[in-house]
Amino acid sequence: MPIVNAVTCPVCGCLCDDIELTVENNEVVKVKNGCAICESKFLGYKSEHRTRKPLIRKNGELVEVPLEEAIHKAAEILANANYPILYGWSSTSCEAQRVGVELTEEIGGVLDNTSVVCHGPSILSIQEVGIPSCTLGQIRHRADLIIYWGCDPWSAHPRHLERYTTFTEGRFEKSDWKGYLQKVKAAAGKKKIKSALRRGVVKHPSEHMLKPETMSGPPPTMMKEGRKLIIVDVRKTMSAEIADYFIQVEPNKDYEVMQALRALIRDQELDVDKVDGVPVEYLEEVADAMVRCEFGILFFGLGLTMSAGKLRNIDVAISLVRDLNMRTKFAIMPMRGHFNVTGANVVFTWQSGYPYAVDFSLGYPRYNPGETTVMDILLRKESDASLVIASDPAANFPRKAVEHLVKTPLIVIDPHMNATALMGDVVFPSAFVGIEVGGTAYRMDHVPLPLKKVVEPPEGILTDEEILKRILEEVRTIKSKKTESS
Amino acid sequence: MVEEKLRVTLLTGRTIEQGVGKERGKGSKEYFEAVSMCYMDAGDMKKLGIKNNTNILVSTENGSVVVKAVKYPRAATPGIIYIPYGPWANVICSNKTSSIGMPSFKGTPAEVEPARDKPLLTMKELLKSEFGR
Amino acid sequence: MELLIKNGFVYDPINGIDGEKMDIAIKNGKIVESVHPQKAKKIDATGLTVMPGGVDIHCHIAGAEVNTGRMLRPEDHAKDFERKTAITRSGVGYSVPSTFTTGYRYSRMGYTTIMNPSMPPLEAKHTHEELNDTPMLDKATYPLLGDWWFVLEYLQKGDLTECARYVAWMMDTAKGYAIKIVNPGGLEAWGFGRNVHSIDDQVPDFGITPREIVRGLAKVNKMLNLPHTIHLHTNNLGVPGNYVTTLDTMKCLEDLATGNKPVAHITHMQFSSFKGDGWGTMSSAAEEISKYINNHNHITLDMGQVIFTDTTTMTADGPFQYTLYELSGHKWVNHDVETETSAGIVPFRYRRKNVVNATQWSIGLELALLIDDPWKIFMTTDHPNGGPFIAYPKIIAWLISKKARMATLKKTHPKAQKRSLLPSIKRELSLYEIAVVTRAGQAKALGLKGKGHLGVGADADVAIYNINPEKIDISQKYKTVRRAFSNSAYTIKGGKVVVKDGKILQHVDGCTMWLDVKTAEQFKVDEEIKRKFREYWTVEYENYPVTDHYLKISNPITVKASV
Repeated sequence: MPIVNAVTCPVCGCLCDDIELTVENNEVVKVKNGCAICESKFLGYKSEHRTRKPLIRKNGELVEVPLEEAIHKAAEILANANYPILYGWSSTSCEAQRVGVELTEEIGGVLDNTSVVCHGPSILSIQEVGIPSCTLGQIRHRADLIIYWGCDPWSAHPRHLERYTTFTEGRFEKSDWKGYLQKVKAAAGKKKIKSALRRGVVKHPSEHMLKPETMSGPPPTMMKEGRKLIIVDVRKTMSAEIADYFIQVEPNKDYEVMQALRALIRDQELDVDKVDGVPVEYLEEVADAMVRCEFGILFFGLGLTMSAGKLRNIDVAISLVRDLNMRTKFAIMPMRGHFNVTGANVVFTWQSGYPYAVDFSLGYPRYNPGETTVMDILLRKESDASLVIASDPAANFPRKAVEHLVKTPLIVIDPHMNATALMGDVVFPSAFVGIEVGGTAYRMDHVPLPLKKVVEPPEGILTDEEILKRILEEVRTIKSKKTESS
Repeated sequence: MVEEKLRVTLLTGRTIEQGVGKERGKGSKEYFEAVSMCYMDAGDMKKLGIKNNTNILVSTENGSVVVKAVKYPRAATPGIIYIPYGPWANVICSNKTSSIGMPSFKGTPAEVEPARDKPLLTMKELLKSEFGR
Repeated sequence: MELLIKNGFVYDPINGIDGEKMDIAIKNGKIVESVHPQKAKKIDATGLTVMPGGVDIHCHIAGAEVNTGRMLRPEDHAKDFERKTAITRSGVGYSVPSTFTTGYRYSRMGYTTIMNPSMPPLEAKHTHEELNDTPMLDKATYPLLGDWWFVLEYLQKGDLTECARYVAWMMDTAKGYAIKIVNPGGLEAWGFGRNVHSIDDQVPDFGITPREIVRGLAKVNKMLNLPHTIHLHTNNLGVPGNYVTTLDTMKCLEDLATGNKPVAHITHMQFSSFKGDGWGTMSSAAEEISKYINNHNHITLDMGQVIFTDTTTMTADGPFQYTLYELSGHKWVNHDVETETSAGIVPFRYRRKNVVNATQWSIGLELALLIDDPWKIFMTTDHPNGGPFIAYPKIIAWLISKKARMATLKKTHPKAQKRSLLPSIKRELSLYEIAVVTRAGQAKALGLKGKGHLGVGADADVAIYNINPEKIDISQKYKTVRRAFSNSAYTIKGGKVVVKDGKILQHVDGCTMWLDVKTAEQFKVDEEIKRKFREYWTVEYENYPVTDHYLKISNPITVKASV
């Protein structure tokens, strides 16, 4: 039973590369070191929801066709389209993404990736303000203050804390596992005391056993040595339960809270008692912790990019961290979702100059989010054909955008029959990147990692890279025939 | 006193079950159960007389959809409901992109009412009814 | 494939040829004695200048830092784009061009070899992926090692042999070409927001000084017999008064020199040649630096010339880049890389009417003209830090023509004009010397045997320019010379004619050169090493190296180490 070590997991932006797989009869049978989502992927990818043969919609129904027919149909659609969009890219390899750029340039289309519904606003912010950041190892070694704002790593990046932040050992900072266990014990102890009081068993509780609802000073955990964890969110998430300090902000009001912090870290006084429901004393504690730390890191997620203000929320978050560098060392990092959305941004940028929303329709790359972003193109009904790869906009885009996506010819390349594939006109099954085909992916901190091929793909199923190359070749053939005959 | 409708703020986002489900396949039972539901505050559910694991109708200016109401297991979140990413959330989430391509997936004003008799559609049925395919 | 370049004025300094009218014969991608007079394709180079293809020893064109700079500046790209043609891919400029555009533009200026000087080893795959997408050129890249924990620890212990073996391993693993050192010790200090301010400052937590790092790596370089010397960006870069640190750095290496061979290359020297004790009193130390260089033979350097334009600064010198942000208020990117190094990016505009910028402009040229031996100082802008590489022809014009540089000087701030040494410098470089500072000297310093010259056996990389040295006085007609160097009459890469009259004729891929350093003992990877790896980095040992998959056309250069 061969065991494959150092496998890179192709799920989220953590890109954990210490996964150990046991492979038997061309199937993954055991996963070691992975989180629940990782296991689900490696053990569950061979589900019945997988397409085996290319499909073309004929008379309203998807029917199986030979590969050549599907390639030709797809190439025809793209070569004849006036303003096609090529979208997705975040769950495939850099090798495939490169072909994507070439194909989009060849047909004069718009190239966009899932950043548009994820950290696109963060990119726009970075382009305006810059970003003080680092690789994840710097945090592991040095960070003694870790803040997650508007994101829930426990649910979306489950091993983030144990691999890179609070629960990991660094050269200069120790893991906070012990602190966490003590907290859990104390919480369990508190519950027992509360229940005992309710039942009337304990008559005279001593002062320290009961914590008042409103805190008069910082929680004792904020004054401790070692790593501190602060969570800021609109609701108490699973991550918030393990934090040393949890700040609850009102939805759509993060901007004001951040600006308040910016003032506080510059030793300015605030005239109000509360900022959007958060007492100023709480904010003063956070500001204090930020300024006093040796190395702080602020991770942020879609709680900031998707709520009111969008990129302005990120502007102010980055500005806050940048200002903190006047007083101590601080960094900020977006929690990228898909395992290779960073790769898509990186590849698009080096080849075209722009990270997403790249419009090639004039023969050279143009970039104007709001105009050239696929979301807006769909909402304004401007595109006349689409190729969707390694993503599922039908499951992730607002209804109105999906309507137009479905109304125009839709080509889908994906291993699964996902929601978009169910409504496609030409569907190509492809191999799972990171399981059935290797390649390169970029972690959320821009570190490139190799993905492994651990099993063979089912017979007849090609890789994204191969499918795209064939479509590109066929597009060139069709176009040269057109110029010959004209 | 049981109210008829409640004004809330709609958030959409990830959950670990949605993550596990999507890797199993968008057609899988795990995915369906993970994304056709809605976390609600226990107090709010009581106000509307909604029992745990029954259907509700959530409406925004963009449309309405039937999802299953589930009590939020952690601290109280009055006035906030949370539907995981997926086709159900997308029927009603905002498409206003603020000219930068990003719809307001979080923080949309919504209305909730009980809908015990309304059926919960499968993904295929939902796509068919929304997009005709 | 045979090619014959007939009757051109050939400048081949490595072989001592100074404008002689002669033929250059090419066969199968190499320079040969002769080719078949009828069968060979001919280029009539009568009245044209023939030089080896350009060699750029230091230009930031690929990798994490460069790409973040690219992403940071859509406004820089919007004004400068290239359409797709049947032969070329589309792309954008201006100060941080996309990869295809980078290759095409260098090729149109007659360049055929470039060196990417800053590669964080952890992100080496990224650098190589971008180099693969940079056409028309042969390239190599330097891994950043001056703050690598392995280096700091072994040097602190005094274990040079172990340090050398790890450096050899790293060259192979990252597919690198030379040891790059940036603000030694300062980048590790910057991990906690600090810096070092002299070569004898202690690096926090590591008990070592910059002096020890530089000397240690210079010794390691010798032990490994690497073709280039250590490539060094000094401490205190960009700080008024830093010339003292620069002189200290050069002095601390004197005793390691053997014969006339250099032991270090100091890059973009302009930024390290400031006198004064603040920005108000900042002035040029080119005289002091030049005097030292003229009297010593163990250092080579490159200019780091400033161009008056809007450009993008990017270096591994995190703390310096932060200072630049504080000075300019511009958007600022910082990217510290675990265990290894750092990076910072800040857009910057050099203005004629800014006293400091104008002085900087003068310093670069002063260095080039006051240092007598052109084999010691090469032409660069530290692209894009001083300015984009497409401005190289402007610098050539300033170097060959006093008229040209005085015309520019007159438009700068009056204070800078008064302080500048340029009015008192008469020297004008000849075409032969230009060939040295833009190709021959660079190739020689790099130890690239087949580049930078047109002798038999060299790679057939040739640049032909529209300059007739018999008909024009280059110092008077500097505008003609500038135009000639901006768009080559012909560029030949590996024996193929790839550019004619400044237009790309075919898209070709160059190779990536790297050092295959053979130490006496093979490097053994055991569980102990893997454990240490996990402690130091957040990636597994197995996933760290740059495998052959990442090199489109790999050109390993075998080096036999003395350890």
